Amino acid sequence: MSFELIRQDTNIDFVGMRKYAYILSAVLLLTGVLSLIIKGGPRYGIDFAGGFNVQMQFSQAVELDTLRAALDSPALPGLVVQNFGDAGDHQVLLRASFSDQTANQVRAAVDQAMADKLGNVSYEIQRLEMVGPKVGADLREKALQAIFYAILLMATYISGRFEQKWMVAGLMAAGLASVVYVLELLHAPMSVSVVAATIATLVLCAVLRLKYALGAIVALIHDVMLPLGLFSLLNKEVDLTIIAALLTIVGYSLNDTIIIYDRIRENLRAKVSPSLDVVINKSVNQTLSRTFITAGTTFIAVLSLYIFGGGVIHDFALLMLVGVLVGTYSSVFVGAPILALFRPKIDAEPQQQAATA
Amino acid sequence: MGSLRWRAVLAAFVIVVALIYILPSIPSVRTSFLGKLLPSDEISLGLDLKGGIHLTLGVDLETAMANAVTSAGQDLRAEARDKKIMVLRPKLLGTNQLEFILLKAEQRQELEDLLKKRFGSMGVTSSTEAGNGQLRYVLTATDEHVKYVENLTMDQALKTIRNRIDQFGVAEPDIRKQLGNRIIVQLPGLDDPKRAISIIGRTAHLEFRLVDETADVQAALAGKVPPESELAYLFSKKNAVETQTPIVLKSEVVLTGEYITDANVQFDSYGQAYVGMNFNARGARIFEDVTGANVKKRLAIVLDGKVHSAPVIQDRIAGGRASITGQFTTEEAHDLAVVLRAGSLPAPVTILEERSVGPSLGQESIDKGMFAAFIGGLAVIIFMSIYYRRAGLIASFEIVLDIILILAGLAAFGATLTLPGIAGIILTLGMAVDANVLIYERIREELRRGESVSNAITNGFSRATMTIVDSNLTTIIAAVILYQFGTGPVRGFAVTLTLGILASMFTAIFVSRIFFDAWLERRQPGTQPSI
Repeated sequence: MSFELIRQDTNIDFVGMRKYAYILSAVLLLTGVLSLIIKGGPRYGIDFAGGFNVQMQFSQAVELDTLRAALDSPALPGLVVQNFGDAGDHQVLLRASFSDQTANQVRAAVDQAMADKLGNVSYEIQRLEMVGPKVGADLREKALQAIFYAILLMATYISGRFEQKWMVAGLMAAGLASVVYVLELLHAPMSVSVVAATIATLVLCAVLRLKYALGAIVALIHDVMLPLGLFSLLNKEVDLTIIAALLTIVGYSLNDTIIIYDRIRENLRAKVSPSLDVVINKSVNQTLSRTFITAGTTFIAVLSLYIFGGGVIHDFALLMLVGVLVGTYSSVFVGAPILALFRPKIDAEPQQQAATA
Repeated sequence: MGSLRWRAVLAAFVIVVALIYILPSIPSVRTSFLGKLLPSDEISLGLDLKGGIHLTLGVDLETAMANAVTSAGQDLRAEARDKKIMVLRPKLLGTNQLEFILLKAEQRQELEDLLKKRFGSMGVTSSTEAGNGQLRYVLTATDEHVKYVENLTMDQALKTIRNRIDQFGVAEPDIRKQLGNRIIVQLPGLDDPKRAISIIGRTAHLEFRLVDETADVQAALAGKVPPESELAYLFSKKNAVETQTPIVLKSEVVLTGEYITDANVQFDSYGQAYVGMNFNARGARIFEDVTGANVKKRLAIVLDGKVHSAPVIQDRIAGGRASITGQFTTEEAHDLAVVLRAGSLPAPVTILEERSVGPSLGQESIDKGMFAAFIGGLAVIIFMSIYYRRAGLIASFEIVLDIILILAGLAAFGATLTLPGIAGIILTLGMAVDANVLIYERIREELRRGESVSNAITNGFSRATMTIVDSNLTTIIAAVILYQFGTGPVRGFAVTLTLGILASMFTAIFVSRIFFDAWLERRQPGTQPSI
C-alpha cells in the first residue's frame, strides 16, 4: 500500500468544529487588530515611511550598546541600532527615519563617528538605502493600488469562477469600479479606497448572492489580517517585499479554497448527501490529503528560505511561513464551513459539469 | 501510441532549448568554444545580487522653467534694444511669468509685433498703465512651451547624466527617464559609491551674476534684501578651513554653464589647481557684453548656490574663456572639470531614493539563496520520493526540470534575477508539486474506487488538469499585479513566480503523462502503478 499521511477513511467533522475555529480566528484577529490600533497602524519600513537603512558588516562581534554610544551623534538623530541576520554574521542594521540628509552625508557621519569612537573596529557598509518622502509616498500609493487591484481582480475571478456567473461577476467589477471612481472624484486617499473596495466587495457578493465568492473573500481578509496583526505584535516592519508576500499568500490561499469549493460543488451535484454539512465535511476530508501535502512541501521550502536565506529575506520568509499556515487553516476551517452558513442552493447552479479534482 | 513518441520528442526539445539558454550563464561554458555557438544572453542579476547603486533622481523642472523665462527676458530686452524699443527690468514672476516695463507707451504696437514674431512661446497676460507714459507687461509661458521646456530639460538632464557616467567609466549603466520629473540610474558593481553619487548628483549648475555693489550687506543679513537682489555666501578655504562671507548678488543670471564647450584642470604659478573653461560663440558674446558693460564691477561665479569667487572685472573679456578658482585640491578640480565638461545639468537634481549594495553582500545573498534553494529542494524531493515512490521520483525529476525552465525563461526573456526572485524560485519548489499532488491523489482515489489502472490514470489527469489551471490562475493574477506595481526586486519575484507556475503546469500535466503512458505501454498485465 501507499504511504498515507491522511487515512482515506478520515472523517473529521469540520463543520461541527466551526464554532471553535471561529472563536480561535476571532481571538487571533482581535489581538492583531488591537495591536494595529494601539500602535497606530502597521510599522512601515523605509520603503513607505522614508528614511535610512544602513547594514554594517563587522569582522568581529560588537556590543550593540557600545555601538549605540559610538554612533550617538547630532548628525544621526534617532538612530535605531539592531542586530541583523544570523548570530555568527556580525551584522548590524542602523535605521533612521529622518530624510533631510543625503545618503553620502549619512555614510560620512557613520564613518566619522566610527573613526572617532571605535577606530580599532573594522567594518564595511554593505548596504545603504535612502528613501525620500516623495518616493516613500509613491511606493505607498503603488502598494495600495496593488492591493486594491488584487481585491478587484480576485473578487471578479472567484465570483465568475465559482458561480459560473460571469455576467454577475462583470456587474460586480463594474460596481466596484464605480464605487472607487466616486471615491476618486472625492479625492479620497488610496487607503480609504482599499477599505471601501473590500466592504463594497462583501456587500456586492451578499446582494448578488455570490455565496462561494463571499466565503472566499472572508477567508481572504482573514489571511491578510492575521499575518499583518502578527507582524504588528512582533514589531516587524512592513515594506514592499512584505506586500509581495501578502499578495502571494492571497493567491496561495485562494488556490486551496478553490480546490475545496470545487469538490463541494462536485459532491453537491452528485447528490452525495441531502445534508449540506455532510457534503462539506466529506469534500474537505477528501481533499485533506492534498491540502496537507502541498502545504507541507511549501512550508518545507519556505522554512529552508527562512533558516538559510539570510537577513535580507528573513521577514519575507517569516510572513510566507505564517501565511502558508494561516491560508491552509482558513481554507479548511473557515472558508469551507462558512458555506454552511450561507447555504448555497444547488438548484441555482447551471447543470454544466466542470472537470474537477 | 504514436503520439507518445511525439510528445516525448517535444518534451526533449523543450529541455534542450532550455539548456541552450542556460549554458551561457555558466562562466566556464561562456568562455569555451561552445559559448560562441550559444545565444549570448545570460541571466542578468539584479543590483541586490551583484552589488551596485540604484538612484532615483528628481529634476527640478520649476527652476528649469524659471531659468528659461529669465533668459527669454534678457533676449527680449536685447532684441528690443536693436529695434530701439526700450524695455526695462525684465523680471521673473513665480516660475513661468515675465514682468517688464515698456518705457514709451506709444511703442506698444511695435513691441507687440516683436513679441508675436519672436516670442510666440510667451502670451501677453496683461498690460497696465504704470504712470509716466510707461506700460507694465506680464507675459505667461504657454502650456505647450512649458511642456516643451520640461521635455527638453529632462532630455538634457538624461544626456548629461549619461555623459558623466560614461566619463566615470561604469560597465553597463542603466539610465532611464520615468514618468514625471524622475530619472532612474542603475550602476552595477561599483566599489566607490560615494564618489560616483557625488559626481552624478552634482548639479554643476554654474551661474555668473553681478554683485549688487549698492546693497548694504548688514541690512541684507537682517532680512532687508533690496528688490531684484539676493543674499548669498562666498565660500573660501584657507588651510582646509572653510569660511563663509555674506555677499549680495543681483537676482539676474547673466550667463550659465550651458554655454561651456570644454573644461579642464589648470595650475597657477603657485601650483594651485583651478578649472579653466571655454564658452561657445553665443556664450562668448554674452560674456563679452556683460564684462564690457560692467568694468570695475564684481562678477560672482556661483556653483550650485555657493559663490566660489567674485573677482572685479578689469576689462572687457573677449575670446570666451573664464576660470573658477577656489583653493581646490587636484582631485576636486578634476571632478569639477568632469562635470562641467560633461555638461551641467539644466536644472538642479535631487536624489529622491538611493539603494546601494556592496558586492560582498550581493555574493552572500546569492550563496545563501542557492543554499536555501538546495536544502529546500532536497527536502521536498526526499518527501515526494518516499510518499509517492516511483511517481514521486517523476515529480522530483520535474522539480529539477522546473528550475531549469525558470532559469531558461529568465535568460530568454532578458528578465532580471533578484533576491526576492530567488525566494520566488524556492517558493515554487514547494508549490510546484501541488500539480503533481493533485494528479496523484486523484489517481489514488480512482484506483481505490476500483477503476482499472489505465482508466485511473486517464481520469486522474483529465479531472485534475482543469483544477490545476484554475487554481494556479489566482497566483498568476497576484504575480501580474506585483509585476505591474512593484519595483525592481519585487518584479523579479513576480517573474520567477509566474515562470515557476507555468513550468510546473507544463511538467506536471504534460511531462508526467509521458512517463505514465510509457509505463502503461510496457507494464506486465496486473501490475499496479508505484504511486
